[in-house]
Amino acid sequence: MSVQSPISSVNDFVVRFANVNGSGSASANELFARSILRHGVPVSPRNIFPSNIQGLPTWYEVRVTEDGHLGARGAVDMMVAMNPQTWDKDVASIEPGGYLFYDSTKPMPTSKFREDITVIGVPLTAITNSTYTDPRQRQLFKNIIYLGALCALLDLDPKLVEQLIGEQYKGKEKLLSSNVHALHLGRDWALQNLKCPIGLRVKKSDKVGDRIFIEGNSAAALGAVYGGATVCAWYPITPSSSVAEAFTSHCKKYRHDPETGKAKYAIVQGEDELASIGIVIGASWNGARAFTATSGPGISLMTEFIGLSYFAEIPAVIMNIQRAGPSTGMPTRTQQCDVIACAYASHGDTKHVLLFPEDPAEAFEFAAAAFDLAERLQTTIFLMLDLDIGMNHRLCRPLKWDDAKQYDRGKVMTAEMLEEGRDFGRYLDVDGDGIPYRTYPGTHPTKGSYFTRGTSRDRYARYSEEGAVYADNMQRLVRKFETAQDMVPRPLQANAAKPTKYGVLYFGSTSPAMDEAIGILEARGHQLDRMRIRAFPFHSSVASFIADHDFVYVVEQNRDAQLRQLIVNENGIDPVRLVPILHYDGTPITARFIANAIGDHQDHLKVTPLRKAVT
Amino acid sequence: MPGLVPGIHDFLFPGQDVDGRDKPGRDVAGTAGVVMTYIAKPKFHHPGLKKNELGYTHRDYEGKISTLCAGCGHDSITASIIEACYELSIEPHRVAKISGIGCSSKTPDYFLGNSHGFNSVHGRMPSVLTGANLANRDLIYLGVSGDGDSASIGFGQFAHSIRRAVNMTYIVENNGVYGLTKGQFSATADRGSKSKKGVTNTDNAIDLVAIALQLGATFVARSFSGDKTQLVPLIAAAIRHKGASFIDVISPCIAFNNHAGSTKSFDYVREHNDAVNRLDVLVGRDPISVDYAPGTVQVVEQHDGSRLALRKLDADYDPHDRLGAMTFLQKHAAKGQIVTGLLYVDPEAEDLHTHLDTVETPLNTLDEQALCPGSAVLDKINASLR
Repeated sequence: MSVQSPISSVNDFVVRFANVNGSGSASANELFARSILRHGVPVSPRNIFPSNIQGLPTWYEVRVTEDGHLGARGAVDMMVAMNPQTWDKDVASIEPGGYLFYDSTKPMPTSKFREDITVIGVPLTAITNSTYTDPRQRQLFKNIIYLGALCALLDLDPKLVEQLIGEQYKGKEKLLSSNVHALHLGRDWALQNLKCPIGLRVKKSDKVGDRIFIEGNSAAALGAVYGGATVCAWYPITPSSSVAEAFTSHCKKYRHDPETGKAKYAIVQGEDELASIGIVIGASWNGARAFTATSGPGISLMTEFIGLSYFAEIPAVIMNIQRAGPSTGMPTRTQQCDVIACAYASHGDTKHVLLFPEDPAEAFEFAAAAFDLAERLQTTIFLMLDLDIGMNHRLCRPLKWDDAKQYDRGKVMTAEMLEEGRDFGRYLDVDGDGIPYRTYPGTHPTKGSYFTRGTSRDRYARYSEEGAVYADNMQRLVRKFETAQDMVPRPLQANAAKPTKYGVLYFGSTSPAMDEAIGILEARGHQLDRMRIRAFPFHSSVASFIADHDFVYVVEQNRDAQLRQLIVNENGIDPVRLVPILHYDGTPITARFIANAIGDHQDHLKVTPLRKAVT
Repeated sequence: MPGLVPGIHDFLFPGQDVDGRDKPGRDVAGTAGVVMTYIAKPKFHHPGLKKNELGYTHRDYEGKISTLCAGCGHDSITASIIEACYELSIEPHRVAKISGIGCSSKTPDYFLGNSHGFNSVHGRMPSVLTGANLANRDLIYLGVSGDGDSASIGFGQFAHSIRRAVNMTYIVENNGVYGLTKGQFSATADRGSKSKKGVTNTDNAIDLVAIALQLGATFVARSFSGDKTQLVPLIAAAIRHKGASFIDVISPCIAFNNHAGSTKSFDYVREHNDAVNRLDVLVGRDPISVDYAPGTVQVVEQHDGSRLALRKLDADYDPHDRLGAMTFLQKHAAKGQIVTGLLYVDPEAEDLHTHLDTVETPLNTLDEQALCPGSAVLDKINASLR
């Protein structure tokens, strides 16, 4: 058997931690990721976790990437195997020439290892037990001890790790010093007993810049704070719960009246998703900016109300942190599988605005913008995140806010306007953009009141089942949706270095993997123009982009090519011209996957002329 | 073979008759070819109509003409709401009327014509009302629902809005039957009662009053649409109550549930009505002018200064005793009696805004100055994320 030489790589490798959930490993693992960032080297971490509280396997994967590829890479260069339950699979998943780090306190039979990897044993339990007596301490510090050992093995600067620990335990002197102590226990043991560093190394660089490290859900919640949301109603569901939790914590910091200490917000944990969206619609009807955060099953439950929002024209913002469906599906796995469900949510003819942020920075911007759009368009706006963006820390550009910005409260007729004698018809299209004026309840003693209903009504909000009246209203709603096209974030296009007949469309969390795949494909000789769709309704440039190319790949993370269906349906495109590239196993899409799928397809296109093949 | 013609056929409509204002003054739809779907009231009124403290007449509290069946109990409740709002001198436009779906939920169109109304989704009035209330704590919230709406499809929302102590007046117009879909039992239909078609109900009934008491409603009453003298002051007191007020109003369905064998018919309710008290609502500092026989009246002062003078009909009934009320109700229900009156009131009630500690200013009036932390704060947040 040939000897596999150990992988040697500086600032470009993947470390995966296999843990048991509930063991307190998450904070140590995050500390590991952050300390690499402090070396000026970009990282892209991902949680892979079960729908469970304690005892089941979890993984935390850190992609160290000097080149700044923030998508998942796939494959593991170093496995920190802390979970006996998943040992065999974990060991098997290591790249040939990779490294296995494990707790060597108990001897393991050689059959449990592989010959083509480097095995690094550190007696973590023995070190921990000889230092700590408290069982909980033993568990927590064991995590810090392996972090210390990794410091030595990967050549991390311990000062930078100490600095981070210092920031984390600021003012908690005892915790700080004991953590630093544990870190050095592990590091010293490794330096004394192992050959350090190994082939995988972190070297100081300057590739992080001023970027920040934040989870998409937290950023979206912050966007809601900046966007002026005052009412949040939600029902716990993975992977969206941390939106409402982050909104709560942001509000506690930034939304209390300095004089009275009272809250300038109201957060209600509803009894279900129906109540949550009902509260949002009630609050929005009454002139407050309101939102809910949910995931697939919640969207299903909300659909009746979403139809009401569409038809009665009441603003609402729904943040959908998508997870793998259908039904309960894979609650802790990522997908982009609710595109169709949201675009056409509810019975009858409906269409809804969808926003597709690519990362936390856009999640922040689009969340804030969603409230302007909802009030301007008087309808539901979906902010379509997914678990990959929502629940993972992602390196992204700093969040920005223009202090001169004023909220767009949309067309609201005030008491003064009514006094002036302005004609108020709740569903009257006065400006030709399909958007009528509304009034808030309580505006004027005798003018401007109306009866909101989900039943058909005329332009003055009076109940009517007359066909022409109904059709008039439905056609205005189509006009309004056309108006929306120019208000939502436009697609972004990047052309290949050389002119090409092929293009690629993608959206949301696929972004970093796509960017990386373009490089791989170029290296293979495939040139692709690309367009990132950022919203539905689609801007006219989407149709032109498709028209400009022989055919276009549509890359998405679902089985049924939902974005492609939507494009075909809404733009009347010949489906043959849109080639689906689909990734839907619940793991985040990778550059390797995209490059292979598109590359193979492109290779097949290079048909050998028939005559040549015959001869 | 004639095949389908491909292509999209756009609906071409004449572009006329789409709204009444195209012909000024035409308020009543009903001209040839137009389906009559609502009826507006004529605008004239008697010059000598009595005015309340704010100078409003009864007419100012009315809405469109009811399209419910003649003799429907719900119309009496509508009249009682109008009366109560007039008596309290409420500015009509400061009331938000919110309902679900069903006959009862149509009624907000028939009172307070200058108020905003919201006929929402079946069984979901409570959540819409909760949201509206959070957005603007300064309005009066009147939730109108039915027994199908609140005890069946929306039982959960009913329960949760009560336990959240939303400041509202929640009226259930309870007829034990689905009217709009022609006579199916609802969840408040008593076990053993008969439908118009002769079917006997074998399911147990939900008593919304009992549930409201159990879930902590701070104002709980039951009344009968046929007894306006009892109902009007109950509605008035509920509106003045700061907290979750719940009134179950038995309101016979003339079309589908007013026959022998029904326990929600006019005759049955009249025969089995057991009123524990009679109520007078006193607003302002006026001394109690009505003469009550000593020992027969109990005065309850509410948070907002209004006083409720309760004339006891049942000497032992204490409307401050939640547990006692629950037991009393159970005992009388077992005897087939329908207990009515003000069943429970907590004058020191709190509401959801108190619990959330929200600012006094309505949330819907806060602007970017008040809500947006600004770029300097964001810079600090960015710095903490590196």
